[in-house]
Amino acid sequence: MVALDTAVAASTALDTRPPARRRGARAHFTQFKWLYLLLLPGAIYFALFRYGPMYGAVIAFKDYVPFLGINDSPWVGWAHFEDFFASPDFPRLLANTLILALLSLLVAFPLTIVVALLLNELRVTMVKRSVQTLIYIPHFLSWTVVASLTYLLFALDIGPLFQLINGVLGTNIDFLTDPGWFRPIIVLQDIWKNTGWGTIIFLAALAGVDQEQYEAAIIDGAGRFQRVWHITIPSIMPTIIVMLVLQMGQVLNTGFEQIYLMTNALNRSVADVFDTYVYFMGITQGSYSYSTAVGLFKAIVGVVLIFGANWLARRFNQTGIF
Amino acid sequence: MPREKYRFNTRAGRAFDVFNVVLLIAVGVLALLPFIFVTAGSFATEAELATRSFFLWPETFSLRAYESILTSDAFIRAMVTTIGVTVVGTVIQLLLTASMAYPLSKLNFPGRRVILALIVFTMVFSGGMIPTFLVVKDLGLLDTYWALILPMAINPFSLIIIKNFFQQLPAGLEESAMIDGANEMQTLWSVVLPLSKPVLATFALFYAVGIWNDFMSPLLYLNDSSMWTLQMFLRQVTVATDLSIVDADPSQLPPAQGIKFAVIVVATLPILLFYPFLQKHFAKGMLIGSVKG
Repeated sequence: MVALDTAVAASTALDTRPPARRRGARAHFTQFKWLYLLLLPGAIYFALFRYGPMYGAVIAFKDYVPFLGINDSPWVGWAHFEDFFASPDFPRLLANTLILALLSLLVAFPLTIVVALLLNELRVTMVKRSVQTLIYIPHFLSWTVVASLTYLLFALDIGPLFQLINGVLGTNIDFLTDPGWFRPIIVLQDIWKNTGWGTIIFLAALAGVDQEQYEAAIIDGAGRFQRVWHITIPSIMPTIIVMLVLQMGQVLNTGFEQIYLMTNALNRSVADVFDTYVYFMGITQGSYSYSTAVGLFKAIVGVVLIFGANWLARRFNQTGIF
Repeated sequence: MPREKYRFNTRAGRAFDVFNVVLLIAVGVLALLPFIFVTAGSFATEAELATRSFFLWPETFSLRAYESILTSDAFIRAMVTTIGVTVVGTVIQLLLTASMAYPLSKLNFPGRRVILALIVFTMVFSGGMIPTFLVVKDLGLLDTYWALILPMAINPFSLIIIKNFFQQLPAGLEESAMIDGANEMQTLWSVVLPLSKPVLATFALFYAVGIWNDFMSPLLYLNDSSMWTLQMFLRQVTVATDLSIVDADPSQLPPAQGIKFAVIVVATLPILLFYPFLQKHFAKGMLIGSVKG
């Protein structure tokens, strides 16, 4: 299947002559032409769909008119950002986003570690495997399926959770539209979908804990709980910190799909976050420039948070995330 | 595992073991419970759904809900669309990712570091929803299925993991192919890719799950409801409770609740079918991903 003429290409690919750069562009190109060709589709993809939008983000500083295009639309400077920071939407969005992030940090994150620790203490291998298999599954279901399940479970007419909770409380709460229940439901969905999946990384860290330390601890008469507290947890602390820091870098990224699917006219006051706001203002209302400014603000704060978090991780851990 | 040695056979230790097993089995069941409830509900009659609030096995067995959706043109269309987009999209994503990963795995490839840095940068910063939407719009991709595939054609994470995998393949294999006269293209196709089958299969599954589950792209890029995917259809039926989209046999009243249950089951089924294959690989894949490239 290998043609004769390709022997030339093979010899150039293997040659030990000085680097191509010194032999001029032509030789350089001959040596790497196939690799450049293979790279091309991917390069076009990144230029078009990853860097194209970065260039397009300049409309945050313009009054984008679709008819004029990105280049010819007039500049307006920081006007959209000023509008956004001055609008009553800004504090509301910031609060909603931060509260959801904080809840997930305080509830979902520790829960993941607890489940991983419990799984690690489980000594019946078959049960351990089965439980792991089961709790990973929800991670692979779409947010539409999760939202649909939520709507059925909390439905006014047939929802079992609606009837159960209202039966116990003796009230009549419509969980899907009551703004007070929006956040608990979002956190609940998040726990159901992602806790199991999140344990993978901690279980890997737990598998790497030095077993001799446990032996020593047993000789010293340490009980099971003491061993977990004094050996297991300190041993996985670096992993915990890296994951915590990574999550802090993601604070402004409340998943668009999850929030969008659970948002309705009655819970908008607590449901609006940056991502869904960009969608509503940009796509449904056509304020392209304004919503791009909001998105850009979010993206830049996100980058600062990620690098800040990485810096923190390095301080705790010697190795950062990158 | 020398775990047995550390066994603490005190009464409290054994009590904790029992408690732990019971608790975690409960957690496992809880993960699956909503889905069992929905599956049971999808096979129940409307009357039973209206009277019994929670059951894991229907008393009266009925296929009416499935009949309704399977005779619905809109549902069939959404199903076929989703399968088609998933298959085509996965193939394109895999080809593009592998093709780009290969040159970047060559340590002597000029510009390698710069290109990698540019790729990693896109993992931290993006232009955002609206500028991406405008790119898709300006390329004339709105209301085409390409809009569901091309904007996400390469996942930077997958790219870097596949690149790392290529990189640690024994160099001798590629060299001997070259000595036999194969060019880079042929080496990639007949030596590197066959050796990478397990990794590529893993990413194929992840890509496929991603496209199958994607809700944001069709929401953003498809205005025409006749082009909707299964996830859009599902949202319309369950979240927006708009059953008119089902357009089933007009002579019969469709089972309003049952349809919601059945559509959820159908939208989830392929994931559950492929899950065993996915599961074999993902833990490893995720851990490779967490190691820096």
